[in-house]
Amino acid sequence: MKNIRIGSGAGYGGDRIEPALELMKRVSLHYIAFECLAERTIALAQREKLANPAKGYNSLLEHRMRRVLPLAHSQGVRVLTNMGAANPEAALHRVVDLAREQGLKGMRISAVLGDDVQELVRRNPELPQLENGRPIGELADRILSANAYLGSQPMADALSAGAEVILTGRVADPSLFLAPMIYEFGWAAGDFERLGQGTLVGHLLECAGQLCGGYYADPLRKPVPEPWNLGFPFAEVDASGSGYVSKAPGTGGLVNRATCTEQLLYEIHDPSAYLTPDCTADFSQVNFTETGPDQVAFTGAGGRAPTDSYKVSVGYRNGFLGEGQISYGGNGCVARARLAADIVRMRLEALGIKAEDLRLELIGINAINPLAIEERPGAMEVRLRVAGRTAGREQAEALAGEVEALYTNGPAGGGGAVKKVEELISMVSVLVPKSEVRPTLIHQTT
Amino acid sequence: MKLYEIAHSRSGDKGNISNITLIAYELSTYHTLASAVTAGRVKAWLGNRVHGEVQRFELPQLGALNFVLLNALAGGVTASTALDAHGKSLSSFLLEMEI
Repeated sequence: MKNIRIGSGAGYGGDRIEPALELMKRVSLHYIAFECLAERTIALAQREKLANPAKGYNSLLEHRMRRVLPLAHSQGVRVLTNMGAANPEAALHRVVDLAREQGLKGMRISAVLGDDVQELVRRNPELPQLENGRPIGELADRILSANAYLGSQPMADALSAGAEVILTGRVADPSLFLAPMIYEFGWAAGDFERLGQGTLVGHLLECAGQLCGGYYADPLRKPVPEPWNLGFPFAEVDASGSGYVSKAPGTGGLVNRATCTEQLLYEIHDPSAYLTPDCTADFSQVNFTETGPDQVAFTGAGGRAPTDSYKVSVGYRNGFLGEGQISYGGNGCVARARLAADIVRMRLEALGIKAEDLRLELIGINAINPLAIEERPGAMEVRLRVAGRTAGREQAEALAGEVEALYTNGPAGGGGAVKKVEELISMVSVLVPKSEVRPTLIHQTT
Repeated sequence: MKLYEIAHSRSGDKGNISNITLIAYELSTYHTLASAVTAGRVKAWLGNRVHGEVQRFELPQLGALNFVLLNALAGGVTASTALDAHGKSLSSFLLEMEI
């Protein structure tokens, strides 16, 4: 049986398109997957869909597909992506239109529906939130979206039905990459050892550039060649689930044991129990061997049965974020920035503005640094950042406005003030029985 | 010696949980890392942020430790008002630890 090559075309919703196109041109791929849904992305898309029922898919869908479709069609590369976001059906229609506009005839395009379980969640208000144990019903009308992380089977079914492009909403990220392996190699739903190995491949590839020296480079200890030309990765896998990862030749970046080890454990908790809808993958015995330039073989992944639940991400309206920043420089800048913080704190008190998770911090001193605060006596510039979460938009605007007002009312030499106010959409999780969720497929041919 | 002299690190986030890996540049120094950097030391080192338990998982074949920090991200990236709400920079601050 043949080996298959699966590429990674995006590691987040706003990712670059050029490296994906380079990968398709330079490597003879069979599949390419674009992973474009962060935790909150689907809730933001749902808000967009409420305003316009024809929207709610990834905002770069058209931009990406206009360039990917002709390449994919001419080279026989099949595309999987969760760019359907909150509206895979609308995304399907849009991609069909794009394919027709480009004269691509006989292209079969599919969408996976059924991840939207808002009704199910609303009917079961007693479901506990995984984060705090409280019933999901407490969020009531503030709930904006609820999407189950579906597994790879519906996508494998779509491939069996001849799909050249598959658009999904929420699916587990590695499942986008596992689906082609299940389809090509005929791995059984109970072959958890293989599913665990395929899940490893998906997990390594799902963040695209992060396997190739992205989120890795450190000029002092971990130099990366031509990081401005970072290549995207692919894997070659055989029917036993063995294989290697590499990247598009002639691009920047690097793939080695260190980049693979960093990505193996990225967003992993217990490495022996990585829960996906397809299996409970075991990465605890994984090892990597450098087998060539930018080529790393993987071994040792395993798996056990998955749980009988789907994880569901619930997006809800969580008030507003207000934020303001302003900079101070020269002798005594830290003292002036601290005075500015005191002024804002006193003004918020006087105005009766209540903010949760209120931060008055100095960028350059203690904004991202969790260690004991350093005084940095010689600092020549520092930036005050004030941020808080408020119940209403007006309070958030007032909070941000108090920072801007430091221009004319605050310490000497405050410059570069900016402010931001936005509705905050937050996420919690619940579990629902798999038996309550029915993934379905729709297809269209150009 | 600071950790960054012998190890590299990457942070990830899932909800309100941060995980930080610590990976020896050379497999031969893994045992030094494993004996010096306990879950308790990480909790104490990042104590201003971490309000929950810290768990440690070991992958000696890769020279790697994985630390899982519960209740460490002020509610997580979708709710927190932090500048680095993902906790991406926590890896760099872990590497500042003296051993």
